[in-house]
Amino acid sequence: MTTTESAPGESGTLPPGRPPGRRGAVSTLVARSAERIALPVVWVAIIVLFGVLRPDTFLTTGNFSAMFSSQTSLLVLALALTIPLTAGDYDLSVGSVASLSAMLIGILNVQLGVPVVWAVLVALAVATLIGVANAVLSIAVGVDTLIVTLGMGTFVQGIVSWTGNDSTVTGISAELVRVVVQARFLGIPVEFWYGIVLCAVLFYVMEFTPLGRRLLIVGRGREVARLSGVRVRLVRGGALVSSAFLAGLAGVLIAGTSGAADQTSAPLLLLPAFAAAFLGATTIMPGRFNSWGVLVAVLFLVTGITGLQQLGARPFVQNLFYGAALIVAVVLSFAVRSRRRKAA
Amino acid sequence: MAGRMSTSDGSTPLLRLDGVWKRFGGEVALGGADLAVAPGEIHGLLGANGSGKSTLIKVLAGFHDVDSGTLEVHGRPVPLPLSPGQPAALGLRFVHQDLGLVPSLSVLENYLLPQLAASRGRASVGWRHARTRLREVLARYEIDLDPRATVADLRPVDRALLAIVRALEGVGTTSDPGRGQLVVLDEPTVFLPRNEVDRLFSLVRRVASTGSSVVFVSHDLDEVREITDRVTVLRNGRRALTGVTADLGHDQLVAAIVGADLDVAASYRAAERSAGTTALRVEGLSAGLADQVSFTAGTGEVVGFTGLLGSGYEDAVRALAGALDVRAGTVTLDDGPARELRSWSPRAATDHGIVLVPGDRLTEGIVGDLPVTDNLTMVNLRHYLAGPWLDRRAMRAAATTLVERYDVRPPDPRLLVGQLSGGNQQKVVLAKWIQTRPRVLLLHEPTQGVDIGARQQIYAAVRAAAGGCVVLCASSDHDQLAQLCDRVLILHRGRIGAELHGSALTKARITEECLRSGKEGSTR
Repeated sequence: MTTTESAPGESGTLPPGRPPGRRGAVSTLVARSAERIALPVVWVAIIVLFGVLRPDTFLTTGNFSAMFSSQTSLLVLALALTIPLTAGDYDLSVGSVASLSAMLIGILNVQLGVPVVWAVLVALAVATLIGVANAVLSIAVGVDTLIVTLGMGTFVQGIVSWTGNDSTVTGISAELVRVVVQARFLGIPVEFWYGIVLCAVLFYVMEFTPLGRRLLIVGRGREVARLSGVRVRLVRGGALVSSAFLAGLAGVLIAGTSGAADQTSAPLLLLPAFAAAFLGATTIMPGRFNSWGVLVAVLFLVTGITGLQQLGARPFVQNLFYGAALIVAVVLSFAVRSRRRKAA
Repeated sequence: MAGRMSTSDGSTPLLRLDGVWKRFGGEVALGGADLAVAPGEIHGLLGANGSGKSTLIKVLAGFHDVDSGTLEVHGRPVPLPLSPGQPAALGLRFVHQDLGLVPSLSVLENYLLPQLAASRGRASVGWRHARTRLREVLARYEIDLDPRATVADLRPVDRALLAIVRALEGVGTTSDPGRGQLVVLDEPTVFLPRNEVDRLFSLVRRVASTGSSVVFVSHDLDEVREITDRVTVLRNGRRALTGVTADLGHDQLVAAIVGADLDVAASYRAAERSAGTTALRVEGLSAGLADQVSFTAGTGEVVGFTGLLGSGYEDAVRALAGALDVRAGTVTLDDGPARELRSWSPRAATDHGIVLVPGDRLTEGIVGDLPVTDNLTMVNLRHYLAGPWLDRRAMRAAATTLVERYDVRPPDPRLLVGQLSGGNQQKVVLAKWIQTRPRVLLLHEPTQGVDIGARQQIYAAVRAAAGGCVVLCASSDHDQLAQLCDRVLILHRGRIGAELHGSALTKARITEECLRSGKEGSTR
């Protein structure tokens, strides 16, 4: 309705040759596409950079295979987070749930001799139950999800330390290790492809099912959704149960990757998973938590850290890189968006 | 004119406004309004919506500049506009209807809020001292409140009392200590139960007895007649009447508010529609402020709901959509069974084809940062399923059709709804619901924040929709109700007090019936 007309009397002060509205629209389109592909482009750029700096170690099949697959559990955790985040809720318990899932597989399979398939199923079921508890406490009772899942995460981590006797359980069935990392497709451990499949499934559920649309609408306009007849509590609860289930799956991958379950590695993934989820929301479909964006974000983070380590950086560079990348990306996309809004 | 406005005892008015003009764009909000308030006087300020009341108050509060006009406080001229902080220094105090309290904080913290916000106090707060002082202040006004109580736990009237005392005492000293202050109470009683209004009134009288003046803004004529010494009525931005309250009857006040000229405007309503079969029957609905509301409506009918602020007219309509908790009542659609509304929910309402276009568009109507397409299709996503997946192209196509039919501008369903103007946003909300072919279409302030051009389009869309359903429209815009509705129900203190239809359905009659609330309230 209101076009970008200059106020009368102002025209004299305008610099000559100011782009008219039409070109403005084109430049917005360019800016939008640039925002979409910025992170993938930067990812490729750092591959080239490290490739030039360390051609003999960085540019090897082994390195790429490791980079692609080593952080699949992080990818799955970040994907788990995108579901409640889309619905407008936090889930801070995913790290601990993954930890519990891995530990359960270890204890059941190694110490109690339960077949690994059953151990995995039990782990997934327990993870899902924790999600149900999160949902009941936060949605039925009405406590903020941030608080409920923070408490639940800490509690579950306590259980892990207790049952695991503060030690690492090793010797998980080779069968699990085989189907998670040893099998390869196109030279990359199969767990990476599991992650890709999960990305695709989540993408389709989010974008092409009524459920995914409702999730988004609940997150963006809870009252609108409620008055439009969406079962808001069910959707939010379902999101928390799904994220817990996926966290359980991440635990299975952790147990399968190393053949062991330890106390600390999974909880330490929580903040990087949030970083990846938010970083992913700045790319591919900017402004939305989206699975392909998360994939790009995880690959970007892994590539950056691997490259830096090969250049001789010490381990703390990992946190520096995660943190800096997240802040820079979010600040940049915020700046782009507010500029565009001003232009509109 | 101003000369004749000397106060009852001939002394200098505490406040005198003269010949105030204020235009917004081309619209005249104040057209030479004046107001004089004597020291120690309780002065009623009356007027219909749009009469200039709130503009006048905002001029006094320093929110609005004026085009012309003069102000005198205690006989001394003060140039307009007032700068921020100046009204307080002049001893002008304001208590708005929302009271400006923070419910989760204590009485004491709320009392100190203006000082803390102005950071005029010292670096640290002496809580013990402040508590003792507040106890003294409350005792002086004979108000029994614990400074440590949480405001959320107070009765509504106690909150109002706290806000008034804070306005008088909590802002620091005026530049003229010892002189009376002026408190403007902007509709302080609308959400108070009748029996608690008396406590507010006794505080108001106590304030006036100390030499301060009170401007009492209200729509409730009975309350105005009970509490005020004199009254000024504004109409169309001018003073229509000033007089001693005791000399003025109820009907004189109504006539001054509504204006004789409006009665001449005949309704251009077509001959009364033959009432179709009853499609909606609501019985004993109690929700929010609505109390045992019963009515029926037929397909093709547009029924308006209105009343004064606090009468519950909007609750009666919103409750049918499941938007608020219902205490009692049933709803019957066509020949169906009577359904309990106590277990009602938005989901149940939409399942039965009862849909709401909410008044609070930004939080309840639209999802601003999603595209028009998503906003339009959220209510019937399953229509777009192709196998297990949504057919996004079909969604876009359906949205394009709706955008064109309802003339949403710009006509691009990919735009975020938040980028559209208010009128176009409302067209999107209407289109979203009307496409579902509802049986009952509920509207709440349907043209709030909507420009005039879009307003007519919205009326047309509603009338077209009414062909196939019942339309209930809750609105405080009497002009709109007169244009849009076949019948208007007027609520008084939660109950249906009057019904207007046919040639009686004019803007003036609606306003008049709304103001009659006091009369009938007192007979109850």
